[in-house]
Amino acid sequence: MAFFLIKNSIKNMFKWLEKNLPKIVLAPAVGLISWFVYGFVLWTFYISFTNSKILPRYELWGVGNYGKLWASHKWLVAVENLFIFTALFLIFCTVIGIILAIFLDQKIRAEGVLRTIYLYPMALSFIVTGTAWKWILNPTLGIQKMFIDWGFESFTFDWLVDREMAIYTVVIAGVWQSAGFVMALFLAGLRSVEDEIVKAAKIDGAGLFTVYWKILIPMMRPVFFTSFVILVHISIKSYDLIVALTQGGPGISTTMPAMYMTQTAFHKSQVALSATSAIMMFMAVSAVIIPYLYSELRRENAS
Amino acid sequence: MQVKTSLAAYTQLEKKSKLTNMLLRWFLYFVLILFASYFIFPLYVMIVTSLKTMEEIRQGTLLTLPSELNFESWGVAWEGRGYGAGDTFLKPYFWNSIKMVVPAVFFSTFIGAMTGYVLTKWRFKGDSWVFLFLLFGCFIPFQAILLPMARTLGVLGISNSILGLVVVHTVYGIPFTTLFFRNYYVSVPTELVKAARIDGAGFFKIFFKILLPISAPIIVVTVIWQFTQIWNDFLFGSTFSFGEAAPIQVALNNMVLSSTSVKEYNVDMASAIIAGIPTLIVYILAGKYFIRGLTSGAVKG
Amino acid sequence: MKTLKIEDLSKNFGTTEVLKKINLEIDEGNFLVLLGPSGCGKSTLLNIIAGLETINEGNVFIDDYNVSKVEPKDRNIAMVFQSYALYPSMNVKENMIFGLKQAKTSKEKIEEQLEKVSSFLQVKELLNRKPSQLSGGQRQRVAIGRALVREPRIFLFDEPLSNLDAKLRVEMRREIKKLHQKLKTTVVYVTHDQTEAMSLGTKIAIMNHGVIQQNESPEIIYNKPSNTFVADFIGSPSMNLIKGRLAQNSENIFFIAENEKDNIKIPINKYEFKEKLELNNKEIFFGIRPEHVHFKKTNDNDFEVKLTANLSEYIGHEQIITFNYSDQEILAKFPSTLKINLDKEMNLFLDLNQISLFDANTEERI
Repeated sequence: MAFFLIKNSIKNMFKWLEKNLPKIVLAPAVGLISWFVYGFVLWTFYISFTNSKILPRYELWGVGNYGKLWASHKWLVAVENLFIFTALFLIFCTVIGIILAIFLDQKIRAEGVLRTIYLYPMALSFIVTGTAWKWILNPTLGIQKMFIDWGFESFTFDWLVDREMAIYTVVIAGVWQSAGFVMALFLAGLRSVEDEIVKAAKIDGAGLFTVYWKILIPMMRPVFFTSFVILVHISIKSYDLIVALTQGGPGISTTMPAMYMTQTAFHKSQVALSATSAIMMFMAVSAVIIPYLYSELRRENAS
Repeated sequence: MQVKTSLAAYTQLEKKSKLTNMLLRWFLYFVLILFASYFIFPLYVMIVTSLKTMEEIRQGTLLTLPSELNFESWGVAWEGRGYGAGDTFLKPYFWNSIKMVVPAVFFSTFIGAMTGYVLTKWRFKGDSWVFLFLLFGCFIPFQAILLPMARTLGVLGISNSILGLVVVHTVYGIPFTTLFFRNYYVSVPTELVKAARIDGAGFFKIFFKILLPISAPIIVVTVIWQFTQIWNDFLFGSTFSFGEAAPIQVALNNMVLSSTSVKEYNVDMASAIIAGIPTLIVYILAGKYFIRGLTSGAVKG
Repeated sequence: MKTLKIEDLSKNFGTTEVLKKINLEIDEGNFLVLLGPSGCGKSTLLNIIAGLETINEGNVFIDDYNVSKVEPKDRNIAMVFQSYALYPSMNVKENMIFGLKQAKTSKEKIEEQLEKVSSFLQVKELLNRKPSQLSGGQRQRVAIGRALVREPRIFLFDEPLSNLDAKLRVEMRREIKKLHQKLKTTVVYVTHDQTEAMSLGTKIAIMNHGVIQQNESPEIIYNKPSNTFVADFIGSPSMNLIKGRLAQNSENIFFIAENEKDNIKIPINKYEFKEKLELNNKEIFFGIRPEHVHFKKTNDNDFEVKLTANLSEYIGHEQIITFNYSDQEILAKFPSTLKINLDKEMNLFLDLNQISLFDANTEERI
């Protein structure tokens, strides 16, 4: 009798296992992400309300850190740099990306080669990029020397060590790395347009410029949106590039929120303050990502 | 609304448009090549500088070619000068990165594949919410998890180790790999799975015998993406390791920043190239998969 | 003056000859259908007429002007596409007047045309909507409207109904026909659907492998197909083609099917041959449409024959019966109310006024 009961419960166990296998397989991913993403973010969020210095302390302290953060000169410089960088980064990457995509769409002979050239920077790390551009922008031996040796005796290009201009060097290097990506997105977008639309436009008498300006580019709205979101995301996370290119300097003139966060945590031993800055970064990204995901999902459901 | 153009006018139009077309073509190629130079310039400079001596560097400009191909700085970058302590070179850290990348790519890809499989072929109520839940992990700034992760690694006893980095990269790779596989499997017809179930195949059999064999393209895309992301990572590497367990990008940065006596720009450039070669080679060989990863990961839906 | 004239037109894509010395003419007000299977070259021909494709050899004339090298916008044509090709980021109004604006038409004229066409096609309420907010049929009407406002000399249609479901297709087909009747425009219309071609066209040019097989009115194409391809392509089910040979003696000409065991000889004395030929023992295809195979005598000229029915397919308003005729198949169309006994012999009456004979080798009509 007992044997029968055991056999039955084992059978039931297998049945349950089979029925729930999908969910069980899903468990590792969901579990890991819940803990290491959501759990950790919540932990950081909590810590930002404590008075932790070198080590975390778990008594709540209030919103003092947020006040402290926004009163910090270094943080304000970081945020200002973020805005400047993001704006320029966005504009240049998008404009260059669109121009390259449109030009490449014109049945160019060496299209494959050119595409490879425009995109290879994305395969490199920001450290490699920063290292290379640091050398190129070297005030004495880099571009400045190149132009001087070519005969432009009074040419100066020492932006890298100039407090006011250093942030623009970060833009130059960043655009170099990411413009190809925007180009790839727009090229894919342009190529996905059925050619009957271009035919109709030709019959309607639209010249090449009009076809792009009035018809194709407006159709690229989703691509604009996507590249905007991704570029802003890259920008907010900027850390490696600055470390390699300027170390946040001269002084703190190119520091950005990501760098602020790392420095306050590991060099200044201000864990709670660092957590606060991390949460600010998190909110900034969410402000852009959440509307994007929402509209993408809505679009997917509508179609 | 009738347009009546004479034959002469036609030929005029034809000639004029032929000329403007030619000019436009020239302009097109000019702009494209101009930009190509902007993009190639740093690579050229890196290679050329790494092959010069410091003398040549000081005398020439960024663009001047070396008088001969001098690979000495490459040797120094890779193996150092044998001075002992204080002499950083890339070789051990290169292997650190390899030891870190291979398992991390494997595990994150595998978990992503299985997760994508479940989410598309074994639908249940709320599965799109689960997907969204996981997807969010693609976007969070990692600064928001650095502190707790550092503590966790310490508690687990794997801080400052390659194993620790493997764990970190695997976990944070899952949202991306899931995204790739889910988007790929979504377009695989469910009839395939239904037919297999009618034939009596179970959960794992369907995955290994039916889906996996046709997953080659997305596996390539995912592996390339993960390899590139993890090899190029600096944030996790510099936060969770230092000294001997560091991956290559951290070592590169340390080498370049170390201000011991004279700056050796040629060694710096050689180091940068060495650190960048693996992903560059992958890109040149399998570029179109790389692009597919970029565009599909971005333009999802 | 012909509204459209195509002269010795040839087109290659690489090494493939897509159009081979096409010659074609239409008068004003004609509705010419380019009909044929996929790959026959009909869409390429349409694109060449529009100016969207280059020509390798030959010329295109519109109203006697050689437009072979003229840009599409200067040819006075308009085109309706299979996917409608409406500009997604513009609303209906902007879509319809885009071409007029490109031609720098005056604002008053644009308003006038828009008003005229949008009321005529009943799309006035849709003017502010975007294409994504329209149904398939509405999009089609807007696409037609976009063509109408420009008052072109020739309207080109590239399989415009292929994207619609069956019911909507029939509806829109009739709307297009009504439009043509009312406006008396000159139309070149591409389709692979022979029902569409037959119902819409005043002339049909059937194409295959880049060559026009026959260019006539629908009635002639239906009743007197010029080769076996046309005979087979038109009609549903298509014409029966029985292989056999002719036997001629001093008084009569007979058709004897291949492997004919029962010595059935069909007399075809009244058939109008195209030219005088040596007929005796000529290998031919004997063609007769299923609807001309009757179950009772309808004409004096009917030939009676006893055949066995093998298969019956019920279509609703009629049924298609397959008969065995000396190991070849003959299909017949009967009303669905008729009771058919399978595997039993029955009397059939072939209407000899409606037959077509084709040379077995050249496949041409004789």
